[in-house]
Amino acid sequence: MKKLAFVTAAVALTAGTAFAQDVIRMGTEGAYPPYNFINDSGAVDGFEIELGNELCARAELTCEWVTNEWDSIIPNLVSGNYDTIMAGMSITDEREEVIDFTQNYYPPTESAYVSTMADADVTAGVVSAQAATIQAAHVAESGAALIEFATPEETIAAVRNGEADAVFADYDYLKPIVDASGGELTFVGDRVPLGGGVGMGLRESDAELKATFDAAIGSMKEDGTLNELLVKWFGDEVGTY
Amino acid sequence: MFAFCTDPETLNRAAWMACYLTTGKHVAFYGAFGTVLLLLAVTAPTALAFGFLGAVAARSRLWLVSGIGRVYIALVRGVPDIAFFLFFVIALDQAFEWLRHQVKCPDWDQPIRQGSDFVVCAAAKLPLSTAPQWMHEVYGFLLAVVTFAIVFGAFAANVLFGAMRAVPRAQIETAEAYGMTARQTFWRILVPQMWVYALPGLSNLWMVLIKATPLLFLLGVEDIVYWARDLGGTKTPQFTAYPHGDWRMWYFLALLVFYLGFTRVSEIVLSRLMVRLTHGQATLAGEAQRKAAA
Repeated sequence: MKKLAFVTAAVALTAGTAFAQDVIRMGTEGAYPPYNFINDSGAVDGFEIELGNELCARAELTCEWVTNEWDSIIPNLVSGNYDTIMAGMSITDEREEVIDFTQNYYPPTESAYVSTMADADVTAGVVSAQAATIQAAHVAESGAALIEFATPEETIAAVRNGEADAVFADYDYLKPIVDASGGELTFVGDRVPLGGGVGMGLRESDAELKATFDAAIGSMKEDGTLNELLVKWFGDEVGTY
Repeated sequence: MFAFCTDPETLNRAAWMACYLTTGKHVAFYGAFGTVLLLLAVTAPTALAFGFLGAVAARSRLWLVSGIGRVYIALVRGVPDIAFFLFFVIALDQAFEWLRHQVKCPDWDQPIRQGSDFVVCAAAKLPLSTAPQWMHEVYGFLLAVVTFAIVFGAFAANVLFGAMRAVPRAQIETAEAYGMTARQTFWRILVPQMWVYALPGLSNLWMVLIKATPLLFLLGVEDIVYWARDLGGTKTPQFTAYPHGDWRMWYFLALLVFYLGFTRVSEIVLSRLMVRLTHGQATLAGEAQRKAAA
């Protein structure tokens, strides 16, 4: 009996190794619509989820989504708790030092200011942004007083309750919120192009996986399916390839 | 959930609410209450065990064991919880995987640390990347239990260390006079009597532990505060069938009721426990109990 259990365990172990590379765990935040969010039924949904699933199908990989808090999303990637990050993460030099990015699957983003007052001073007032984002870095340099929040939701709430004069975030994240606010919130100031577009983050040691996803993204750019997805999730205004 | 929920926009308020409160996301929110209660039920005894071992170690006559106990208590109590939860858990996970890597992949030729990357062979991953999602969740939950137990164990160790010294010296001397060995004195005299001194400190720890569960999300375990924040956040019509404004206040109000209720229940249980522990003890309260009964 003991022997039988041992054999089963050994088989289970070897089986585990044989297929180990075929399941790719995809990390996301789940709090940044339309890029990624949790839908009504409690599952991850959004542009990046649909895109990621299509990429996995093209690369013939089995993928599994995991949510992780934004603050610790890179440490958990390099520590191997999941294999990719698709979380609306802009490609920046700072991040490139720690992780690798595929080619972008979302063109360089424009960020925008939103405020309750049409004449808000976005270079001298108080501006909220999500911590550890390119937007936060930009606000810090702009001369405005920066207040950081852990989640995008809180950055908007800070403007609504008057704690901040304006919020600075991705235009595509702000657009649906401004549209649904019934005139309470408006865009102010000029839009600012930031970062090198949004790409999929991978460990620097995972060159093979990076090449696989690069190829899959390239093929989706070529046959126009990526553009269809962009328009579906972000509307006609979005920049396409 | 209900059959009439297919088109929420057409529903009246009550029906809309019924549908809204039974979405899959809300069910996950309700389930998170179970996760939190389970975590508390598992963590509290584990932390107490850590605390007991820490206190016993700190009291040891062997300087090495005593040193380990004292360093554990001082070090963990001094490190901010959030730093502990962000870095220690990743380090703990890496330590497990490193050990498994040494055992399972002895002929692996690449370095484990490649720049900032931590790379072990696929067979050493914990859990295996092929494992179903629930195993990853259970593993995350266990990491959470261990981390909570280490943190709260250090505080509990300090409380128990003090409680052991609070047991009247006369009790120990009497035990020695009866010819009990050090081991017998410890288990039969010291340990049964120390709880009454430890309980006020331990009950404080319990209350803090109840409210520390939002730290769970740092470990990837979705707790009630995570769901309340997500569900309460502004929902635009584009991404949900149930758009609403910033309702976080209502969700946090519900959490407030839960936490206050839970605190009240804890208080009742703890005060009953105190009465029990006081029974027959050489303390003022124990003496008062004896007189009242007499």
